[in-house]
Amino acid sequence: MGLKRKKDIKSPIRSSNIFNVWLTNHFSASIGSLGQLSRQPFASLMIILVIGVTLALPSAINILIKNMQSLSNNWGDATNFSVYLKKDLSIKNAKEISELIGQRADIEQVKLITADEALQEFKNQSGFGKAISQIEINPLPHTIVITPSSNSTNTSIFLLHEEIRNLPETDLVQTDTDWVQRFHAILSIIEKGTIIGAALLGIAIFIIVGNTIRLDIGNRREEIEVTKLVGASNAFVRRPFLWTGLWYGFFGGTFSLFLVQYALYLLKEPITRLGSLYQEEIFVTSFSLAENSLIIGSSILLCFFTSWATTSRYMRQIEPQ
Amino acid sequence: MIRLNNISKRFPGGQEALSGLDLAIGKGEMVFITGHSGAGKSTLLRLIALIDRPSDGQIIIDNQNIGRIKKRNISEYRRQIGIVFQDHKLLYDRTIFDNVALPLIISGISRQEAKRRVRAALDQVSLLRKEKQKPETLSAGEQQRVGIARAIVTKPKLLIADEPTGNLDPELSFEVMKIFRRFNDVGVTVLIASHDIALIDHLGCRQIALENGRLKQVDTSWV
Repeated sequence: MGLKRKKDIKSPIRSSNIFNVWLTNHFSASIGSLGQLSRQPFASLMIILVIGVTLALPSAINILIKNMQSLSNNWGDATNFSVYLKKDLSIKNAKEISELIGQRADIEQVKLITADEALQEFKNQSGFGKAISQIEINPLPHTIVITPSSNSTNTSIFLLHEEIRNLPETDLVQTDTDWVQRFHAILSIIEKGTIIGAALLGIAIFIIVGNTIRLDIGNRREEIEVTKLVGASNAFVRRPFLWTGLWYGFFGGTFSLFLVQYALYLLKEPITRLGSLYQEEIFVTSFSLAENSLIIGSSILLCFFTSWATTSRYMRQIEPQ
Repeated sequence: MIRLNNISKRFPGGQEALSGLDLAIGKGEMVFITGHSGAGKSTLLRLIALIDRPSDGQIIIDNQNIGRIKKRNISEYRRQIGIVFQDHKLLYDRTIFDNVALPLIISGISRQEAKRRVRAALDQVSLLRKEKQKPETLSAGEQQRVGIARAIVTKPKLLIADEPTGNLDPELSFEVMKIFRRFNDVGVTVLIASHDIALIDHLGCRQIALENGRLKQVDTSWV
């Protein structure tokens, strides 16, 4: 038997090539664990559903934020602001001041909305048309909507605000972008919250998958013992369980993508309708290929790590008696 | 092939299964370890299979002190010996073929080569035509032969068996022993624990009798 010599200890059988053996073993372990999963279709499906749903939640919120951001970016870029002129100003004066402002180099465009036009627009859009007709005096001021030139910086826009606010004809300068900034702040809070939520859900997956694999190891204790008795290493008996984890991750991740895509499909029509009400075309963005791979990849990684940790913990305890 | 130097095994309860056992078994021998249950037969085989470690003493297998084998190298060591169990220890959700192929798969033998060897091993225990069946469809004697086929499929130089005929009637027991005999004839060292004195006497091999963890009588003419 020649146990003394290291070379012979490796194996009495001439293993052609250690790497090939390793690869072959992994291949059969991967197929074997797939077979094991298919032999308990209900249990496997439950785990895959749990992983899928758990991952779909943060993914869906993420996609929601992504859409909100892309939508609000269009608004956020706008540096337009409105100047409400003093109530007693005549249309003629308003036009003069509007033209005067429009001549400035740092201003791209001005648009005067007279009090009458504003009232008319309000009548049409607010739905209070009849009620408003009853009002004899127009409470609205003349308004100038100013678009600063495209090369303006935040500072130059701020100075522009100040100058125009100090004009004797100006009643109020209102920037339209304040709420967009608030909206972005809220989005970033949700985004951070999603990361925390995703981490918690990741822990949930770790516990669920870890427990399933622990039970699986328990159920196959006898098989593990026998396999060890005929010369299997820890790595050998562990391999199918690692693959089980990997498959859970793959199928769970894929299922979560399917869930998100299906939800998007269901929401697409109502969102488009909502957009049309705002006279805006809303494009629902989905995940990019890279993001899709990231979701499946992290699902696989998480489940693989789980089975790795679980098998490290329990496999050593099983020794033939 | 096997040398035991002053082997003792005490269990945590303080009970001593083997005490100060010295033993030598030569290459190519076929030896029976006899004795009542509790005499230490199984313990001895478990020490040789590295399922357990002795409390004292050395076990030398083929010039290697197996006490020095680290835990993670035990699997390598086990791949070099064939072990047959009283309760067969087959995997009941796999076919006979897969059961016998298990040690070869662990060693990473190519599919083609494994097929050839499994067939040869099953042929030697006359079970070739049942390779596709599951163990539970086989009789106890046939299951034991599957266990033997699995033990010899890697062509080990040492074969150990713990009560391989424990659950079999005399006729089947004799069949199983004849199979062991055939392997011994081609040079395999065979060590069998058994209490079936009548059968063993009939085979005419060397016997080592254990009593309360000590040697009862040894024929030392061969040493």
